[in-house]
Amino acid sequence: MAAVCVAVISKQNFPLYLRSVNPQNEADLQFQYLVHASIDVVEEKVSTLGTPKAGQDPREHYLGLLYPSEQYKVYGYATNTRVKFILVVENTTSQSRDTEMKMLFKNLHVAYADMLCNPFYTPGQKITSRTFNNAVSSIFQMSKGFTSKE
Amino acid sequence: MSVTTVQAETSQCLFEFLHMEIVSQLQQEAGPDKKGEVQQRLESLGHRVGESLVERTSRDHPRFKNELDAVVFMCKQFWVTAFNKNIDNLKTNHQDTYVLHDNAFRLLQHLSEGNQYREEAQTYLSFACGLLTGALSNVGIKCQVTAEVTKMPACTFQVKVLL
Repeated sequence: MAAVCVAVISKQNFPLYLRSVNPQNEADLQFQYLVHASIDVVEEKVSTLGTPKAGQDPREHYLGLLYPSEQYKVYGYATNTRVKFILVVENTTSQSRDTEMKMLFKNLHVAYADMLCNPFYTPGQKITSRTFNNAVSSIFQMSKGFTSKE
Repeated sequence: MSVTTVQAETSQCLFEFLHMEIVSQLQQEAGPDKKGEVQQRLESLGHRVGESLVERTSRDHPRFKNELDAVVFMCKQFWVTAFNKNIDNLKTNHQDTYVLHDNAFRLLQHLSEGNQYREEAQTYLSFACGLLTGALSNVGIKCQVTAEVTKMPACTFQVKVLL
């Protein structure tokens, strides 16, 4: 289960950040499509708060698997402030565990909150912070580690 | 007192002094009879701080059920992070108005009691007003917050939700 793309989307559904493992790769545009398509699924999951699905806490930030495509699986996370994090991982036969995904998202959330507290960042602008970039790199690294254990 | 409460008290003191300095600096810059301008500046400062602070404080909090849930969160965890105490009383008409009572507001505690400085004390509430609007707007509640000194150092914040 190796993460290949991380995206942060603002509450007005404006892309704040999108980065894939290999920036020069031609698949970049495809990731943008994938992430864009996932916004609808996130909206749906967040708005159907009243009808909880069995086995999942409806008030949890982690939204689980949004949808699988042929090559990738798309996971989502929405904060209290309606900022969405999207993680695209490679679609392998091995089952990715929710606890691992949650941990990745948690790290991303911590990094985002730290970044937002930077007085030089204007909320709603594109994220260019180096610290945040490093945090995302470590998330890519960490997700690779999960594969080797399986 | 445990180590964490001592630490919280220390940073609280520093914040209070900083806030006092900001207020006096802004007043000097604006000159006399420009209270509205000073309050507006303080509010916009608070707005930015509230926006970021709520992202941090609500990180481990489950998603809010409704508006009231969010306001209650502001009264408890958020107020504790900002001012090291809870809001003492919350009243609502269950439509669009929430009234938050703080019986001993931190930023008013260093001012003398009695009515002598009541007018001036109003300025010391602007930052907190901005803090609340910023935090609430970031969780999706557009609102207007007004504050009033009732009896030093108690004050009330009135949150009016805009549709």
